[in-house]
Amino acid sequence: MATEILMPALSPTMEEGTLAKWLVKEGDTVSAGDILAEIETDKATMEFEAVDEGLIGKILIEAGTEGVKVNTPIAVLVEEGEDADAAVKAAQEAAPAADADGKAASGGGSAPSAPAEPKRARPVAEPEIPEGTKMKSTTVREALRDAMAEEMRRDGDVFLMGEEVAEYQGAYKISQGLLDEFGSRRVIDTPITEHGFAGLGVGAAFGGLRPIVEFMTFNFAMQAVDQIINSAAKTLYMSGGQMGCPIVFRGPNGAAARVAAQHSQDYAAWYAHIPGLKVVQPYSAADAKGLLKTAIRDPNPVIFLENEILYGRSFEVPVLDDFTIPFGKARIWREGKDVTLVSFGIGMAHTLEAADALAKEGIEAEVIDLRTLRPLDTATVIESVKKTNRCVTVEEGFPVCSIGNHISAVLMQEAFDWLDAPVINCTGKDVPMPYAANLEKLALVTAKEVVEAARAVTYR
Amino acid sequence: MATRKPPAKPNTSKEELLTFYREMLLIRRFEEKAGQLYGMGLIGGFCHLYIGQEAVVVGLEAAAEEGDKRVTSYRDHGHMLACGMDPKGVMAELTGREGGYSKGKGGSMHMFSKERHFYGGHGIVGAQVPIGAGLAFSDKYKGNGRVTFAYFGDGAANQGQVAETYNMAQLWSLPVIFVIENNQYAMGTSVKRSTMSPDFWERGASYGIAGEAVDGMDVLAVKAAGEKAVAHCRAGKGPYILEIMTYRYRGHSMSDPAKYRSREEVQKIREERDAIEHVRELILQGKHATEDELKEIDKEIKAVVNEAAEFAKESPEPALDELYTDIYADTAPQNA
Repeated sequence: MATEILMPALSPTMEEGTLAKWLVKEGDTVSAGDILAEIETDKATMEFEAVDEGLIGKILIEAGTEGVKVNTPIAVLVEEGEDADAAVKAAQEAAPAADADGKAASGGGSAPSAPAEPKRARPVAEPEIPEGTKMKSTTVREALRDAMAEEMRRDGDVFLMGEEVAEYQGAYKISQGLLDEFGSRRVIDTPITEHGFAGLGVGAAFGGLRPIVEFMTFNFAMQAVDQIINSAAKTLYMSGGQMGCPIVFRGPNGAAARVAAQHSQDYAAWYAHIPGLKVVQPYSAADAKGLLKTAIRDPNPVIFLENEILYGRSFEVPVLDDFTIPFGKARIWREGKDVTLVSFGIGMAHTLEAADALAKEGIEAEVIDLRTLRPLDTATVIESVKKTNRCVTVEEGFPVCSIGNHISAVLMQEAFDWLDAPVINCTGKDVPMPYAANLEKLALVTAKEVVEAARAVTYR
Repeated sequence: MATRKPPAKPNTSKEELLTFYREMLLIRRFEEKAGQLYGMGLIGGFCHLYIGQEAVVVGLEAAAEEGDKRVTSYRDHGHMLACGMDPKGVMAELTGREGGYSKGKGGSMHMFSKERHFYGGHGIVGAQVPIGAGLAFSDKYKGNGRVTFAYFGDGAANQGQVAETYNMAQLWSLPVIFVIENNQYAMGTSVKRSTMSPDFWERGASYGIAGEAVDGMDVLAVKAAGEKAVAHCRAGKGPYILEIMTYRYRGHSMSDPAKYRSREEVQKIREERDAIEHVRELILQGKHATEDELKEIDKEIKAVVNEAAEFAKESPEPALDELYTDIYADTAPQNA
């Protein structure tokens, strides 16, 4: 009886990978635990082991193939003495999910798919990028790394510390190559002591350095939140302006995929609540780069919220020697007259998808990416609402005391007479993130909900 | 508290003893005045007095060099006076006035002086410990040979972030002196009632950090221990722990009736172990000054404190637009 070997999912967010190398060939006998292949995810190169014993009947995907979807058959394992070709044929016919070109449909238990990449990958107006600038396709991951590397070259007082940032090259590969370039004095692996190293970073900032403190995820920053709020955010005020804290706390924030309640929270609204902090949550790679460079130069504590699902996304990034984006400036990704959709971070992916869908229905949405949550560019939102008279906010965080709630209040106070419908806040659901794939899907905000909200405020 | 071993011949000088006397007395008189102003309603909120613990900061400051850093908890008035901050600015901060070190916006627990390398004044128990290690990290990064004194109490010594900091400080060989001011009571809870291993300095051993316990009512012993710790740090040998056995005569804060200990306990230490009395005796025994000369110093100190109190009363409250300044380093309120 032949068994198909499928492309494995090697991280919570992996959807495809590169089959870098086969370590077995057709005709080899393997037992459970033998290493079959090396597979490159966007985070690391992983060894892939056999689960069953048998003979490698046929290799279906050549070494070096990129973009192999999770669950695609990559080889067929046959029993000793079995006719390999016949067994392979039988196995392929027996697998109903496999389509003609051998690509498997994703299984029911796989991670909920991240929102589709919108067709229009570039915003309409990019005031920071001069006309004619060369653009380069870059992942958010590379953009963040480039931003840190450029700032570290520029200023010897900038250093990076956090769990696995140096020798491991970053738990999410964000700091890849930084240890090699800057050495262990400036790229520092910490023990797993968030409270302690956040406080140590604050002290280093008081002492005149410019620390970048990476949290493996912002879920773990809860252990350090006293140092972030009480020490970093408040000291300038408490010292009558004498002692500031130029520090960046950065790392992935919000839900990844299938990592459940303690690893899937969006903290945007929490940090945006605090005077003394600046809070950034970029969507595109260009914004990730330009805003992180600004964050590192800022003399205040900056909370820089990234997103694991976006790390592997590619966007056009301008090729400029020193590309920075000012805080407090929202970006209009799409102009429209019928409804204003306001979002930030990964919420933008759902929002742009929704805007495309709405356009097909004849609803022209204006899409605003807030980019920074503190300072918040309410002026751009108000201006847009004065034009569209309707607003829907979109975010992944919990509904109570959300960023959307705040924007609704601002619009009520400052644009009440222009509103033709109540503002709707699309958010994550008011539940701890469930693990089960179907429930997780329900808990997250979706493009469909945004479309429905837009229809509701436009009374269609 | 161990009884003080009388040094056969104190390793000190007339000048040093008189300086110690003057500095400790300044802290005590200042704190007495602060207590008085609190009673008059001129100082609000929490106010934690340092009376009884004066030898700790005065002894350690004598071991410090210009440019060394210090950071402490909310019981911070003594540390500020000892490192050379102006009593007028400190007292005016206590009264919440414009002339205070934080323009009246920090209060008793939150004061800073970049000029004197005093990094606060922190209100959250234990939070200053990793911050102190971070200051030392910045000095090591710059290679400037400076050391940091990170002061905390016996209560803070049980905080998890202290253990986290010990680990990193030794791992990275940071030039930081962890000064545990063991005044035996974490607010109202005695060390006995809160702590399984009451020799706090020994906890460093599990991280390989050297340390020792010191008689904190003997300013000369404190200075000697401080010099040893400073030499250790400056030689690049990493952190050092000083557990300084001391005692606070007043309550935890002004609103603490201190029912958790007897009047007799306090009285006994005041009479037998007082650090200022100790130096006074050494001065008189060594004939470095006469009673009258010491009285003259007392008068001078009293004048300095009265001047600070007057300044703190006269200085105006901060202008109302100060509400919205100093929130961000580059601009005024950004979210308005």
